[in-house]
Amino acid sequence: MRSIQFREALREAMQEEMRRDETVFLMGEEVAEYDGAYKVSQGMLAEFGDKRVIDTPIAELGFAGIGVGAAMNGLRPVIEFMTFNFSLVAIDQVINSAAKMMSMSGGQFTVPIVFRGPTASAGMLSSQHSQAFDNWYANTPGLKVIVPSNPYDAKGLLKSAIRDNDPVIFMESEQMYGEKGEVPEEEYLIPIGKADVKRVGTDVTLVSFGKIIKTCFAAAEELEKEGISCEIIDLRTIRPIDYDTVLDSVRKTNRLVIVEEAWPLGSIATEVTFKVQKDAFDYLDAPILRVTSADVPLPYAPTLIEAALPNANKVIAAVKQVMYK
Amino acid sequence: MAKARFSKEQYLKWYEEMLLWRRFEEKAGQLYIQQRIRGFCHLYIGQEAVVAGATSVIRHDDNMISAYRDHVHPIAKGVHPNAIMAELMAKITGCSKGKGGSMHMFSAEHRFFGGHGIVGGQIPLGAGIAFADKYNGSDRVTLCYMGDGAVRQGALHEAFNMAMLWKLPVIFIIENNNYAMGTSVERTTNVLELHKIGLSYEMPSKAVNGMSVEDVHDATEWAVNHARGGNGPVLLEVKTYRFRGHSMSDPGKYRTKEEVEEYKKQDPIEQVLNTLKKNKWINDAEIDAIDEKIKAIVEESVRFAEESPYPDASELYKDVYVQDDYPYIIE
Repeated sequence: MRSIQFREALREAMQEEMRRDETVFLMGEEVAEYDGAYKVSQGMLAEFGDKRVIDTPIAELGFAGIGVGAAMNGLRPVIEFMTFNFSLVAIDQVINSAAKMMSMSGGQFTVPIVFRGPTASAGMLSSQHSQAFDNWYANTPGLKVIVPSNPYDAKGLLKSAIRDNDPVIFMESEQMYGEKGEVPEEEYLIPIGKADVKRVGTDVTLVSFGKIIKTCFAAAEELEKEGISCEIIDLRTIRPIDYDTVLDSVRKTNRLVIVEEAWPLGSIATEVTFKVQKDAFDYLDAPILRVTSADVPLPYAPTLIEAALPNANKVIAAVKQVMYK
Repeated sequence: MAKARFSKEQYLKWYEEMLLWRRFEEKAGQLYIQQRIRGFCHLYIGQEAVVAGATSVIRHDDNMISAYRDHVHPIAKGVHPNAIMAELMAKITGCSKGKGGSMHMFSAEHRFFGGHGIVGGQIPLGAGIAFADKYNGSDRVTLCYMGDGAVRQGALHEAFNMAMLWKLPVIFIIENNNYAMGTSVERTTNVLELHKIGLSYEMPSKAVNGMSVEDVHDATEWAVNHARGGNGPVLLEVKTYRFRGHSMSDPGKYRTKEEVEEYKKQDPIEQVLNTLKKNKWINDAEIDAIDEKIKAIVEESVRFAEESPYPDASELYKDVYVQDDYPYIIE
């Protein structure tokens, strides 16, 4: 099978959906003439023209709201945030408009929109450019939230997101855009809300999603050498969460470590932990542990980043702790 | 006597609809005091000409969106008063199925895109509704209403800039009643003439006497022709006045009784009635007949709302997602 970059997978998803449906358009900062701040939309202006690939001024609140209004009136916008850090100035339109419109109109107005862009840390960018708000958006009813971890999932899930009739938050990573993965030539869709068992194992379940799941793969390889078998579940969608896949795995391994790039309080890890203790309490042979970002703004210095972010060593330590080794 | 600017039929229509809205809002105020309407309740009394002078211009298929002082706009757009009163009373027969309340009236059928509760939030939405029409090659226009308080929000400036940049067919209408809740325009800005904000974006902008339905009609006609003609957005600052408080819990200490009385002398409904009388287009019997007819409509809306059921508890998990099997967390 051919191998393509994460950014190419996203681009193909948008191109295919725009060829299929005239109402789909892409709007955001630098998406058109600049070919995308991270080259995700490279070539799309040339193919679709400036009616459907639209550069905006730096006005996230304004163009997020214009996207929601357009979706209420029959279009299917894909709104790109250069990063989700900048979505904070637009969050009123995401939470108060997109997520609420269907409910407060008694079902009359729906908002088939995708807000997409990179999330979380991406090198030495300091505090304002390194935040994972995945769990913030996942907290809000009315939204769906997708955080893919490889090109194959990214393409199939973005196509589903664009076709979905509900507002979808689609969170990528600057550090993944150049990563390659196998993606078939043929069209495919991946359903929203389904987790994927990325590695089968027997001793401990690792639950993660997005870019940071790589720390789980690295840890699992090391632990394999020591005879510890890790099962890795990629949630892929964090609203809704596929609890059943997690519960099935924990009932098999009896041990759970959750790895997430958000801050610890009120994280997806917290939520999954609640669900597992409630529905699989008797299956647990050890307390559930989590590896998250440190409970501080992410600083600039590499030593502090190393100390703050989840990494393979921290995951290995957590796994050994739940194994009592 | 100066010749009336519009036909007898037009004045009669304005009189009847504005009087209906006035009586409807008076009733809503009474019901709120009796706690039969809950939540917040922002009445439109005094501002009727702002909407009446616009709906006499636009087409049925044009779009409208507004803020949270929104009981009257949807009625003007064709929504039955029963559906508004039922929504105020949180009934399933309300125009938003009892899920929106006073601040969130909606009607897809009448292309009323809602009452919105975050000040200024509806301004980019209005631009976006117009964006979709332009994208689809439709010649509909969007009327996007806001209060004078919303002019201070960043959302307005971002939306104005892009609406001009992309020549969107939207008419922004500031209903300047001079008070953002209890804070006067003078206390929030050095730019007292709010229509001048549009000039910052080179948007055609105009101040309008909002106590005169004729003036609002003329200004809206100019604005609609401009926007429908593909020339982009227009800003109207309609100077109006609310005779009641910001909401039902407003002590009103920020303005004088004399000021309120002064504006009541310019009551837009009285002005239209005077025109009808001066032209001998209406007699006392006809005025009484209109009063009775309107009273019956308002009473019927209350009866309809009272007799309608609240939403059943099973409605809680409906209308949140289009996906009908969305797996809610239910514990």
